Amino acid sequence: MNPHRKIGDVILQAEAISLSFGGVKALTNISLEVREHEVLSIIGPNGAGKSSMLNVINGVYHPQQGRVIYRGEARSKMRPHEAARQGIARTFQNIALFKGMSVLDNIMTGRNLKMRSNFIQQALYWGRTQREEIANREQVEKIIDFLEIQHIRKTPVGRLPYGLQKRVELARALAAEPTLLLLDEPMAGMNVEEKQDMCRFILDVNDEFGTTIVLIEHDMGVVMDISDRVVVLDYGKKIGDGTPDEIRGNADVIAAYLGTAH
Amino acid sequence: MAKPETVRPAIAHGHTADTFPKLLLAHAQQRGARPAMREKDLGIWQTWSWQEVAAEVRALALGLASKGFKRGDRLAVIGDNRPRLYMAIMAAQCLGGVPVPLYQDSAAEEMVFVLSDAEVAMAVVEDQEQVDKLLEIRDRLPTLQAIVYDDARGLRHYQHSGLYDIAEILGAGRVQHDEHPQLFQNMVDLGRGSDPAIMLYTSGTTGHPKGVLHTNDSMIITARNAANLEGLTEHEEVLAYLPMAWVGDNLFSYAQSMVTGFCVSCPESSDTVMTDMREIGPTYYFAPPRVYENLLTQVMIRMEDAGRLKYRMFHYFMDHARRVGTAILEGKPVGFWDRVGYKLGELLVYGPVKNVLGFTRLKLAYTAGEAIGPELFDFYRALGVNIKQLYGQTEAYVMVCVHPNDKVKPDTVGVPVPGVEVKIADSGEVLFRGPGTFHSYWKRDDATAETRNSEGWVHSGDAGFFDEDGHLKIIDRAKDVGRMNCGSLFAPKYLENKLKFFQQIKEVVAFGDGCDYATAFINIDLIAVGNWAEKRGLAYTGYTDLAGQEPVYELIRECIEKMNADLATDPRLAGSQIRRFLILHKELDADDGELTRTRKVRRKFIAERYAPLIAALNSDARDCTIDAQVKFEDGRSGNIRATVKIRDAKTFPATAKEAA
Repeated sequence: MNPHRKIGDVILQAEAISLSFGGVKALTNISLEVREHEVLSIIGPNGAGKSSMLNVINGVYHPQQGRVIYRGEARSKMRPHEAARQGIARTFQNIALFKGMSVLDNIMTGRNLKMRSNFIQQALYWGRTQREEIANREQVEKIIDFLEIQHIRKTPVGRLPYGLQKRVELARALAAEPTLLLLDEPMAGMNVEEKQDMCRFILDVNDEFGTTIVLIEHDMGVVMDISDRVVVLDYGKKIGDGTPDEIRGNADVIAAYLGTAH
Repeated sequence: MAKPETVRPAIAHGHTADTFPKLLLAHAQQRGARPAMREKDLGIWQTWSWQEVAAEVRALALGLASKGFKRGDRLAVIGDNRPRLYMAIMAAQCLGGVPVPLYQDSAAEEMVFVLSDAEVAMAVVEDQEQVDKLLEIRDRLPTLQAIVYDDARGLRHYQHSGLYDIAEILGAGRVQHDEHPQLFQNMVDLGRGSDPAIMLYTSGTTGHPKGVLHTNDSMIITARNAANLEGLTEHEEVLAYLPMAWVGDNLFSYAQSMVTGFCVSCPESSDTVMTDMREIGPTYYFAPPRVYENLLTQVMIRMEDAGRLKYRMFHYFMDHARRVGTAILEGKPVGFWDRVGYKLGELLVYGPVKNVLGFTRLKLAYTAGEAIGPELFDFYRALGVNIKQLYGQTEAYVMVCVHPNDKVKPDTVGVPVPGVEVKIADSGEVLFRGPGTFHSYWKRDDATAETRNSEGWVHSGDAGFFDEDGHLKIIDRAKDVGRMNCGSLFAPKYLENKLKFFQQIKEVVAFGDGCDYATAFINIDLIAVGNWAEKRGLAYTGYTDLAGQEPVYELIRECIEKMNADLATDPRLAGSQIRRFLILHKELDADDGELTRTRKVRRKFIAERYAPLIAALNSDARDCTIDAQVKFEDGRSGNIRATVKIRDAKTFPATAKEAA
């Protein structure tokens, strides 16, 4: 881990979040903090509420109790596009790209919020549109370069292998120049080499752009390697929160993962 | 990019430039505004003119000098083909130093030997990956004073001493130039044609790599001779995509550009070469046989999947091209209607195929290193691509033999190039001497004396002979040519190359020296055989699974029997027909030490590692179990245990052509 990177103040606080769907309690009284520039992992067994937690953070779900404070501002019912405007970007557990569009176009969609020209200007490709398009394309090319996907720039996403699609999804999230990046299982279904690449990219993003990253991941090796802090959920409850070393020694966590002796 | 600055005229009229720095300054003066280099940045091709290159090289040279680089020092250059790295080579030469390019994909441990053997003073590298490697081994490299990197990504927080961003060096160099405007010119003037200008390490098929020193003279004369022979001008377009540490890249992308003034383009990344080829449209191209094979395989596979009309059109016109295309290319008389048919084919098939391959403007395509199949020659030459075999060595600065334009024979390497003499020693070994002959092996006078005799003849290490047309035919490495128990000659490489002409076979290792009969290890070509398997509904999970399937063994057996039948017609080689073979459970890999970095088979190493398999081939066993260590790309290693089947192939009695 890079010793020169500074972890800053808390930028996102979830306070006593409870979320249920009918009778199913997805999250129970969960509080957690995300500090600026850190890599925070959320782990837990299947159904622990990890994805729900991300969905609460970027406004897909609205918790019945508790609140989310982002950069000092408590929000009531925020919708995902408002979260995006505030600098929160995410990727999904099941890849959500436009399969028929090229990699380049997919990443360009990530710039949507940065475009100010109106529909008519865009249709005519005139004035501000042209300038914006060039500036946006430049930014997108930087990301393409950064994630080393030049060779597939013009390939339709549907034709790419899974590992590369994941990388394209990360690229699209980065195109929005987020301050907080939420990654839902960025390494699921990858082989060792692809995982290593992805780890490197996540750390590079964190290092180069100072992006704060919250990720959900199952591979313990990866989590312990790249995280500054780890939060453990089990059945919708938080059972651990600390540095990777602290989590390794946490009795509750061990019990949740390995089961207790009866 | 640097702003164009004016560079003072270097050479008075009537003088010829005898060093690369002088050539560079001459280009800056004569064709200053013409493109010298291109690189794709953020998806757009950026161009450096000769004047800009000269100014950049001047800044880099003075910058390196200000950090302590002295005349005669060695400068390591490590990375993919990047304009700045080529400029680093020029800068080292300007300072009277010797650039030493290294293979960029070598692991840190592999670099230790070369870097410490060459006693490099400084290194100019591409990016973080290379910097990390050098930092890892730095404590074993006492002579290394400075590491300069081109791409700063991920390196902002590195605080190591002696680690510099290239921008910093360039800045220091520009300041130097402002303060001492004569300094650079004086350094360049000090250079002589007889100074060493590059050190290239041999790939190390045997033992430790050796540093081969070439002088300005040998490189410039060789490059000029070759350019004259092939009619190269400043208008050529070249894509530099082969490893900079390889002598071929140094000749094609560096020396020849410096001699003729043509523009060299660097691909965006190693994965984008195909796209970049199409965009640049090179007129002059070099590729190892493997690349041509892959391209042909790809075209054929895609045509298999094409619609019926396209499929039939493709084959109709390709048949026509095979009949008359080569003759048209070589300027031989061809009937009127055949010409019309060819023109139509050009419009409908050849043109589009060449466009896809990026060969539209191609005037000259070289291949070397391994033999290349006749059907490959036929295919490309029929399309109108002038593809020729080249025979060369690091010690000769590549050029020894090349096919003449009008007489290409697939199984030979052509005739000696102007200025180079070739003869065959009594032992059958090929000897050569000429202007491009190397200066010496670095710190290895013993090896120099062993390789080059007092009359200047260099032992190539290859066995071969001249055929009736005066073409040189290489059969194998001289030391690999062995004898079988029956007394007949055994040239493994010859068999291997013949088998590799089958598109289903990717790699072969043949054994037979001191045995009763010849045997072979086979690596199947996963793309070709995989496609074949899919067509037959044959399910497989990966290489290992596919390689072990009985129908695949049948397929390979047919290939081997075809070759055996062919060998039977040549009395010298009839004895080396392959009787038993197996398909290896893993692909041979440079990471496991089984291939060299240039993908040549390391025969001895393989023979030791797979000794039980060879023993089984020489018994009656139907299968054999083997433990093999594999290295994964992340550097860890593991064991693969597999049972490999062994099958027999039919052999044929020698046909009575040997009446004499």
